[in-house]
Amino acid sequence: MSTDLHAIRALIANHKRWDAAFAVLGFLALMVGVLTFVALFLDMAVKGLPRLSYEFFTTFPSRRAEHAGILSAWVGSTLVMAVTALVAVPLGVASGVYLEEYAAKNWVTDVIEINITNLAGVPSIIYGLLALGLFVYQFGLGQSILSAGLTLALLILPVVIVATREAIRAIPQSIREGAYALGATQWQTVSDHILPYSAAGILTGMIIGLARAIGETAPIITIGALTFIAFLPPAPVSATPPFLSFEWLISPFTVMPIQMFNWTSRPEAAFQLNAAAAGFVLVIMTLAMNGLAIWIRYRLRKNIKW
Amino acid sequence: MTAIIERVPSAIGTEAQPVLKAEVRGLSFHYGAVRALTNIDMVLHEKQVTALIGPSGCGKSTFLRCFNRMHDLYPGNHYEGEIVFHPDGLNLLGKGVDPIEVRMRISMVFQKPNPFPKSIFENVAYGLRVRGERNRRNVEEKVEQALRGAALWDEVKDRLHQLAFNLSGGQQQRMCIARALATDPEILLFDEPTSALDPIATASIEELIHELKQKVTILIVTHNMQQAARVSDFTAYMYLGELIEFGNTDTLFIKPKMKQTEDYITGRFG
Repeated sequence: MSTDLHAIRALIANHKRWDAAFAVLGFLALMVGVLTFVALFLDMAVKGLPRLSYEFFTTFPSRRAEHAGILSAWVGSTLVMAVTALVAVPLGVASGVYLEEYAAKNWVTDVIEINITNLAGVPSIIYGLLALGLFVYQFGLGQSILSAGLTLALLILPVVIVATREAIRAIPQSIREGAYALGATQWQTVSDHILPYSAAGILTGMIIGLARAIGETAPIITIGALTFIAFLPPAPVSATPPFLSFEWLISPFTVMPIQMFNWTSRPEAAFQLNAAAAGFVLVIMTLAMNGLAIWIRYRLRKNIKW
Repeated sequence: MTAIIERVPSAIGTEAQPVLKAEVRGLSFHYGAVRALTNIDMVLHEKQVTALIGPSGCGKSTFLRCFNRMHDLYPGNHYEGEIVFHPDGLNLLGKGVDPIEVRMRISMVFQKPNPFPKSIFENVAYGLRVRGERNRRNVEEKVEQALRGAALWDEVKDRLHQLAFNLSGGQQQRMCIARALATDPEILLFDEPTSALDPIATASIEELIHELKQKVTILIVTHNMQQAARVSDFTAYMYLGELIEFGNTDTLFIKPKMKQTEDYITGRFG
């Protein structure tokens, strides 16, 4: 019996129509997300770019829109991010390493794991409320940079823990066995191998967490960040002894999204342009952080092949 | 047993007795509820190569990994019986014996080369670092010695600080052998060290094993009977977690005592 080539070709052509159909549908689905972001970003850029100038970054907010700047906002955001990173990274990495390398595999660990995953989904305002009660009043830290940094650190802790665990899980078991077989203790294995080889993933997770935190508004408003700040926190370093000062930690502050929020709620059109300009800067800051994450991952992963 | 005694060079011990490096007595091993090894009795002769052969899943790797307590890394594993380590008579599986101490004296080379993503130098030096060796000169000397011992020195001496990943598979495996040698182990365990290598790299590893037995006692798992015949002085045939036959390699391959062994080595089974 000879094969019916015509029938087979017709069948294949018919099946391939679905390939083409999905390629189009998938592309359209992708474009919904991408184009929406591009449109929003371009709109913000077109409106805000004329306002961007050296003065915009170096002046405090003002009642007159054309004189208003984002100095206190970006300094505040930077300092809050510094506190967030310094708190979230050690806690998150230690937790991730403990869960992956040390914790016994039993139901207690399972419950903890499920809870961490769930924590990532808790609305940020809830963290704000927790922080208001705990950090601001209970610990008496006030409406300060420290309170905000700690709050955002709690918020991104699950992200850092999950990123740490994923990075650690990517390390083949043969590497661990190689270290143990040479007589390494658990801590030697972790500090000489596990941490260095997972550093790329951990750093990426940290930056993605920070990129999320820098745009958070709700918890920061909840703990009482001010919307109008016409001064900077005390400088952390000075020319006179004792050179280092930690007063900035308990200083009142504002951050980029709050400054934006403040301006968008004003009726004057000129303030809307300020908000667009601040939004543009905020998006650029976030994109830059993500870009940095990609670069770090590339640099650190270059030496690792498995 | 007389054949065994004859092959052991008498110069090693003071008397003409075979010098034992380790004695396995009544060893059973369980992965959780699953018994993987049953009541194994065997000896390791000092500075001789002992090969473990048998079909896949017969427990030869499991047995090998008892010697450096690798099973302790995973929960639920359980040993019975003892492995007595000579000359000090220590039971490696004893309750009070720290597996880390055991691993400091018994090194291991794995099935697939497992270089750390570090330089060649740092790979070989790692065992010394673990032991807290800080003296640069000592470390450099030991690393060179180990690389020479693994017949790799001439190939890598000009690029010690390059990544170990850049070496070929066979070179990586020899580097792993150097890493295991750098700390002067008393027993060297090989877990199918050539299964991921091409025939030329395999031949160089086999040659190396032959030279290494001047200095160290070797236990090697292999799925390749010809390899066992080529490199070992003693061979143990295992099947379903039991030791079927153990003896002088020549005798075991030419005149096995057990029917099962004969079936396996003649290819009628396995």
